[in-house]
Amino acid sequence: MTDHFAGAKTYPVPPTTEQRTILGKRATRLEDPPLVSGRGRYAGDINFPRQLHMRMVRSSMANGTIKSVNVAEALKVPGVVAIWTHEDIKELGPVDFRADRGAEILKPYRQPVLAKGRARYVGDPIAAVFAEDPYVAEDAADLVEVEMEELPVVIDSWATPGEFEPGRSTEGALLKHSFGDIEAAFKKAHTIVELDLFTGRHSGVPMETRGALGYYDATKDILELHGAAKVPHRNRETLVKMLGRAPKGLHVHESHVGGGFGIRGELYPEDVLVLVAAMRLGRPIKWIEDRREHLMCANQGREQRHKCRIAADENGRVLGIDDEIFHDQGAYVRTHGANVANRTLCMMTGGYDIPAYRGIAHYRLTNKTPCATYRAPGRYESTFVRERLMDALADKMGLDRIELRRRNLITKAQMPYLIEFEEQGVEELLYDSGDYELLLDKGLKAFRWKEREAECAARRAKGEAVGIGIAFFVEESGRGPSDGAKMSVDVNGDVELITGGASLGQGFETSMAQIAAEALGVDYQKITVVHGQTDRIAQGIGAHAARATVLTGGAVNETALKLRAKALEFGAELLQLPVGDLDIVDGVIVKKGAPPGGPSLSLGDLAKKLAPGAKLLNGRDPHLAVEAWFNTDHTVFPYGIHFAQVRVDRQTGQTVCENFLIAYDIGRAVNPMMVEGQLVGGCVQGLGGALYEEFAYSESGEPLAVTFVDYLLPTMREAPQIDVMITEDAPSPMNPLGIKGAGEGGINGVGGAIASAIDDALGKAGAVVQLPVTPQRMKAMLA
Amino acid sequence: MKPAAFLYHAPRTLEAALTLLAEVAPQDGRILAGGQSLVPAMAFRLARPTHLVDINGVAGLDRLAIDGNVLSVGATVRHAAFHKADPAFGVLGALLADVVHNIAHYPIRTRGTMCGSLAHADPASEWCLTAITLGAEMVAKTAKGARRIPAADYFQGIMSTALEPDELLAEVRLPLLANGTKHGFYEFNRRAGDFAIGMALVTYRVENGKIADAHVGIGGIEGSPRRVPEAEAALNGQAPGKVAFEAAGKATAAVVDPIEDTQTPASYRRDLAATVVSRALERAAA
Repeated sequence: MTDHFAGAKTYPVPPTTEQRTILGKRATRLEDPPLVSGRGRYAGDINFPRQLHMRMVRSSMANGTIKSVNVAEALKVPGVVAIWTHEDIKELGPVDFRADRGAEILKPYRQPVLAKGRARYVGDPIAAVFAEDPYVAEDAADLVEVEMEELPVVIDSWATPGEFEPGRSTEGALLKHSFGDIEAAFKKAHTIVELDLFTGRHSGVPMETRGALGYYDATKDILELHGAAKVPHRNRETLVKMLGRAPKGLHVHESHVGGGFGIRGELYPEDVLVLVAAMRLGRPIKWIEDRREHLMCANQGREQRHKCRIAADENGRVLGIDDEIFHDQGAYVRTHGANVANRTLCMMTGGYDIPAYRGIAHYRLTNKTPCATYRAPGRYESTFVRERLMDALADKMGLDRIELRRRNLITKAQMPYLIEFEEQGVEELLYDSGDYELLLDKGLKAFRWKEREAECAARRAKGEAVGIGIAFFVEESGRGPSDGAKMSVDVNGDVELITGGASLGQGFETSMAQIAAEALGVDYQKITVVHGQTDRIAQGIGAHAARATVLTGGAVNETALKLRAKALEFGAELLQLPVGDLDIVDGVIVKKGAPPGGPSLSLGDLAKKLAPGAKLLNGRDPHLAVEAWFNTDHTVFPYGIHFAQVRVDRQTGQTVCENFLIAYDIGRAVNPMMVEGQLVGGCVQGLGGALYEEFAYSESGEPLAVTFVDYLLPTMREAPQIDVMITEDAPSPMNPLGIKGAGEGGINGVGGAIASAIDDALGKAGAVVQLPVTPQRMKAMLA
Repeated sequence: MKPAAFLYHAPRTLEAALTLLAEVAPQDGRILAGGQSLVPAMAFRLARPTHLVDINGVAGLDRLAIDGNVLSVGATVRHAAFHKADPAFGVLGALLADVVHNIAHYPIRTRGTMCGSLAHADPASEWCLTAITLGAEMVAKTAKGARRIPAADYFQGIMSTALEPDELLAEVRLPLLANGTKHGFYEFNRRAGDFAIGMALVTYRVENGKIADAHVGIGGIEGSPRRVPEAEAALNGQAPGKVAFEAAGKATAAVVDPIEDTQTPASYRRDLAATVVSRALERAAA
């Protein structure tokens, strides 16, 4: 290990699955029984007595001055209780974003809870109707008359910036990441390739739309937000600030969540409104977003243009990548500030050892739905760009695509690999572990690359347009700094594990139970995992950026080990054996290697003996209960390769993905079955962005995809055979379990791999410059 | 996505339904059959009927039977009734079974109706294409009487038909096909079950090795589905095969007046018209 790790805590190589009891096994999911039997409790299933329903009145104009809002007719509808415009909540500040570099300059671009004299995208909330039932609320919302004066719209992020407000440009920030001497790299280059690339606007579209319920419990003076997801603790922090309440007076509760993908669970204007209205109107407020609203208002992403070039020496060694990015942020800066543009910039060089890089991002506001993070934010985009450049370079140099990549991969010997950027305050990347070439070899073999090359060539010779493609990527996960957990065993031997994590359907409860069960020595099914409840634990990291398993899992491991130590300490006293002779098996403290019937003590019985006042305690804390923390300063870097085979119908322009392989090194998998689920699900979403899904807008800023007729999510019928190869060749040295995140490895490289395969099918390197590759675009390309 | 208020009626007899329809039609009263197009439109408040006359409980409208040389399909016969080719319906049964699987998705096919699709007249409707290609006849009924409308006079553009507001499309009559009639259907859409961007339905017979009585219908390409006489002329008298099929496709592309949408330029649908026609013909020959 080189001194890149100096100062960082590192851990030895963890045991393999074979050496484990439950960690790393394909354990059945604990959370499924209610979910698969129609007994789930989603936001829509939550109701409070006397609740009112909220309906938003939204802008039908992409950019305009609000001249007047007339609510008189709407108020006459029986059952309407109140209608609010910005005037009614003017003391509320805009929806804040979480801390981000360069945050100050972005603050003027934040979204007001209700539009303040100006609406900036179709769907921008202008008024809120509160009524006895959702039908009445919608009837009344229809009667609210909004008079607006149209203003010129900004649609393309690469067009000349406009004026956000007098004296303020629609270019919110100009971001830069660079290292090495880029000018020199291009000067001495043997070969240079330039591309002009686009990634289309799309987003996570969870089955459950957004939903929020505000409830004020006057008996305790606690304001509750139900229907939360993803980051309950962080949203609570923001809400506490916005509403000026003491933290103890505001709690956030997560129920079942029908998918998150980065967009669900972020803080939106509606979340703030239900809370304010619950207080002010003295009744619980329920808001359930409809699908049309969802496709117009929930965070979108991915829309970027890249004017990029790559330089290489005569041996195909890449000398530098130079990229100018136009990032479309939509109408406002939302919860992530400039995070997506920054992640695009910092991950651009991926798994290659590239001496010089310059990335510049124009972070620009447009009159479209605001954007934030969507699964693999910035990485889906940057992998597409980098891998497009690699394919085009290979073609221009007459080199095999695989060979070019092989020559440039970061080697195992170079690990840990440090990427430092010149710009002040830009965080370095420290790739913690990896054997990229090994994964490449394994992936090529598993995909039958050579054989498929021949098969495709044979089919092409018969007139078909069929080809294969590849995209290599590095992911980032497990961002710190810290997460904690509480764990206790009751007198029945049942274990409660309280975390500040969140479950979006990914199997959080099962993975945490597996980690805890392995460390403590109990059946994982005996463990109840609590998550997403701010009144149960003071801090929580939530579930985002593939960090739950790494960070919360780390905390759970520490906590379970601490609980085990406490159990063994007392067990040793009671069984009169040294701690070192004891083990915990299936929730029972036993003598190691002793035959059945030997000295033993169940954890439930031990919990009984540790009741407050018990003599055994002898001054120590009662209960079989502990709390512990896991801290880390470094993210971890899983990596993967996507392989795709596609067929293009030259007549219709339709691209069909025939086969897909995800090769992914995860360090250590907590539950390979769930990892496969994450990867395959992500892959299908990636296919959506590559071939089907697009939030298109008209020239006047009218959204053109506001139903599932126009926003094309791939279905089972469009999903190809997706094979998954999980490897564990590079466990992370940054956490004791060696794990890395799984959430984004299935989607990261799909755009890149599909583009690569289409090029191959058409025999035209660099042909695909825009995602999604729709039949209409393909026909234009073939013309 | 909650519909605006409406009054709901559930008559039990055809007479009662027609009387009600006569009353409520002037106030934008509508028939509710399978509801697979109307109800979503109401949820979006794109349609705001003041009255719904639900005919699902009307006795006799679910009749599906052969009358002489036609197949009579009643107003509440679901798409799913055609999933399996009824041998009694001969070649027509096989054709309908081939087409029906392209209509949306299974749950929708168990509710939606053939007559409902014909009354709605979406340019991308498979049944509208079927009706025009085969020369079906619509039976429209009012409280005062009934009339028969040939398919050729029935379709009047995007979601527009010859039906009057107080008329119920009570039945569609599809001519049976002679034994040995070849038929082929080809639909192109971006995802399985989506509205067609373009599609074609063809039938022909082979007499002495030559194509005879060719019917070539296209849907999703223009505002209404229609037959393409130029393509039929290119086929009749020719030997079935690639040359004739491609000629028919080209003849189609040369004469269509394609609709455009934000994603799809006219030129795309023009090209597609040739592709779907020649592929439908290939399927017929297979």
